Amino acid sequence: MTTPNWTAVCNQTDLVADSGICALIQDTQVALFYIKKQQAVFAVSNHDPFSQANVLSRGLVGSKDDQLFVASPVYKQHFCLKTGRCLEDENTLIQAWPARIEKGQVEVLF
Amino acid sequence: MNKTKLVIAGNGMVGHQFLQSLADQDQLAHFEITVFCEESRLAYDRVHLSAYFSGASEADLAMGNADLYRRWGLNVLINETVIAINRDAQSITTDKGQTLSYDKLVLATGSYPFVPPVPGHDRPQCLVYRTIDDLEAIAAAAKNATVGTVVGGGLLGLEAAKALTDLGLKTHVVEFAPRLMAVQLDDGGGALLRQKIEALDVSVHTEKNTQLIDDGEQCVHKMNFADGEVLETDLILFSAGIRPRDELARQSDLEVGERGGIVINNHCQTSDPSIYAIGECALWNQQIFGLVAPGNQMAKVAVSHLTGGSDTFTGADMSTKLKLMGVDVASIGDAHGRTPGARNYTFVDEREAVYKKLVVSEDGKLLLGAILVGEAENYGTLLQYMLNGIHLPEYPDTLILPNRGDDEQTGLGVAALPETAQICSCHDVSKADVRAALDSGCCSLADVKGSTKAATGCGGCSALLTDLVNHELEAMGIDVNRDLCEHFPYSRQDLYNIVRIEEIRSFDELLDKHGQGHGCEICRPAAGSILASCWNDYILTEQNVSLQDTNDTFMANMQKDGTYSVVPRVAGGEITADKLIVLGQVAKQYNLYSKITGGQRVDLFGARLEQLPEIWKILIEAGFETGHAYGKSLRTVKSCVGSTWCRFGVDDSAGLAIDLENRYKGLRAPHKIKFAVSGCTRECAEAQSKDIGIIATEKGWNLYVCGNGGMKPRHGDLFATDLDRDTLITYIDRILMFYIKTADRLQRTSVWMENMEGGLDYLRDVVINDSLSLGDELEQQMAQVVSTYQCEWKTTLENPEALKRFRHFVNSDAPDNNVVFVEERQQIRPATASEKSTLKAEPIKLVS
Repeated sequence: MTTPNWTAVCNQTDLVADSGICALIQDTQVALFYIKKQQAVFAVSNHDPFSQANVLSRGLVGSKDDQLFVASPVYKQHFCLKTGRCLEDENTLIQAWPARIEKGQVEVLF
Repeated sequence: MNKTKLVIAGNGMVGHQFLQSLADQDQLAHFEITVFCEESRLAYDRVHLSAYFSGASEADLAMGNADLYRRWGLNVLINETVIAINRDAQSITTDKGQTLSYDKLVLATGSYPFVPPVPGHDRPQCLVYRTIDDLEAIAAAAKNATVGTVVGGGLLGLEAAKALTDLGLKTHVVEFAPRLMAVQLDDGGGALLRQKIEALDVSVHTEKNTQLIDDGEQCVHKMNFADGEVLETDLILFSAGIRPRDELARQSDLEVGERGGIVINNHCQTSDPSIYAIGECALWNQQIFGLVAPGNQMAKVAVSHLTGGSDTFTGADMSTKLKLMGVDVASIGDAHGRTPGARNYTFVDEREAVYKKLVVSEDGKLLLGAILVGEAENYGTLLQYMLNGIHLPEYPDTLILPNRGDDEQTGLGVAALPETAQICSCHDVSKADVRAALDSGCCSLADVKGSTKAATGCGGCSALLTDLVNHELEAMGIDVNRDLCEHFPYSRQDLYNIVRIEEIRSFDELLDKHGQGHGCEICRPAAGSILASCWNDYILTEQNVSLQDTNDTFMANMQKDGTYSVVPRVAGGEITADKLIVLGQVAKQYNLYSKITGGQRVDLFGARLEQLPEIWKILIEAGFETGHAYGKSLRTVKSCVGSTWCRFGVDDSAGLAIDLENRYKGLRAPHKIKFAVSGCTRECAEAQSKDIGIIATEKGWNLYVCGNGGMKPRHGDLFATDLDRDTLITYIDRILMFYIKTADRLQRTSVWMENMEGGLDYLRDVVINDSLSLGDELEQQMAQVVSTYQCEWKTTLENPEALKRFRHFVNSDAPDNNVVFVEERQQIRPATASEKSTLKAEPIKLVS
């Protein structure tokens, strides 16, 4: 395992409030979500393990109790934005990476 | 305080669950934890291993991750294996020579695949299927192979066979027993599964005892069977069962079973109380549990015991339901009818390929087991009967016979469940527990979930729990909660009225004033729809964009591979030759799959996100408008050609259809709305199956309402007859706006009508007699929507900010490399998983 680095991927202005976009980091598709109320950005895999399509960045975001999630636009499973855990199926987990906004840039610990 | 030194040997799924449970219980701080992970990767999902070949990456399968483990304060050592235990010194030694002392030791060493000792089993390209390393070896071997064979036709063997077909190999399955999945299925079920799997071009060979593997003539290997037959193959995967990895227990003289497995008690302790064993390496009551759910249960029990809790492991129900190569298969309890006196019911439908069997007790009162192949919808109900010992209905065969014609429920009503019935198996919640929660003050589904944790595990019981809670609440005389979701304590109708009366124009304002949290995929689109119905603002404004489903966001319909289809409006189905040519040119230029829809227009499939604006630029220049095929809004007004051309037509149905479609286009509603207009009673436009159906008569127009095709067809109700055109439009304005005002979220007009108190007569009273004095208001609201119509695609093309999102990557112009097409019937279609793996040569690149 190599040590992860903070990698700048796009401008803060590319983010869409309470919604997602997708970035390519090395060869990995990373979905980025910006939650306006918390002014926080989250990064999870863009690959939907249920439909096998690269579409999670196009899902709706929301919260269940205090857990922020994205709902897959294909079959509607929910994935926790912090941990990548699927709320419907505890055996399914997608990759989640720490992410932050630093000097107007969106950075992912990749 | 001195921390307990806890050493965990193994970081598979169950090993990870153990750590997760410690974290969930907030107990990490009491332990100094060292984890040894033999593989180079931390825990990952082995259950979905075959997904690796159908596009999932290593990251998708990952469960543990270094970052998370670091935050949990664990010392995790990868590529290091515990090879010896010194119980007297309470220490372990690893293959790297490290010695470490422990207070408590957890063995989560799992199992290894059993390879039958056939001569030749160790030839090159004879592999097993257990780890990602195995998969990589299989993928590498498959590159030079055309034929692959799996030895073992059990659950794992069939998963492995799927992996081989995904890699594009001609696949064989060789099974020693006379049928597939011999443990879970009987001959009938096995035969049917075989039929379905062979239909997928996998060859199944049963009753085959491999005696020798040597050089092949056409392929690398030749498998020689006891009956003299042979099979040539380039690659062999052994999947003939698992064996517990108990070598540490044997080395340190812990008690092991006669046929392997580390003996544990109900607390998951081995014969040495300082050492626990969990998962597939553990033997409880002479049983090995080769499924992940019981392993997870053991992990939780071990955590409980280590931290002073009282949970115990008392065995696990091994009933399973799964999809094997797309085939539903379920096996419950005593599927083979081994209980003395057991009697069977079977149902076989060879045309639809469905096999169902019930095993009942001698007196016919109890369900002992069941097998379902091809269709397993009733699994949940049957499992309830079996687990709870609920008495079967008078004719138990109704539980497996197809339900045709009437709506009579064959499922189990919640009232019939005994108090002891287990509702949620993940958290072991019984009907009595749910009732106790309600008695102690819970008054909603969410309260019950919070208090009992029911339906918060796999979620499989949520429908049953909802029924039970609603039933109990109604019995207690409490109003059933009709809140939209956890963020708004209002029904959709309440929210609609709030938005109207308070003139709320954004979701944030609505949430601030009347809701809580961040919203969700239920309330966001519902609010988006309400705001659009009321104010008809552009749907992609900064305020509105986060409310739209992906189809509305990109104003196209997402298909299974993440590409979109494009449907321009063709009002009434009338189109000029020039416009038809443009559709053809666009389809040709962008290589789109073209299909005529049921709504008399053209659907162009396979457009990538970044192509949508270019495509729409061409379409709009040619005079097309968006078709709203993506929205919960007016779709099409279908028509016959009408009196202009037809010998039988009595009025201009096409002309009326075009006018109506142009009037109501863009109207957003609780669900989609379809119209049709027929020019005579022959009804060629099938208007009586639409939300709004109109049929020409000699004296005017007959109006039908609330019809539906689709899943649950409903014949429209004749609402009024012989209407002139203006009255017709007034009535439709009022009906649609009243529907928008009073329907539930995602409720079609047919269901709305069926749930309306007073039904058709009431609706007539409101619309025709204006009994609620709402008529003018409804008409004004409709006039406002009609006058503010805009083509959303036209607006979007003029808006650079909105166009920014129409690309796959924010930081690259590359397209999504997972979108792959192949040709079929002279057009494109999405490549299947197996085609993709061949076309792309290797699985999606891994994250290291």
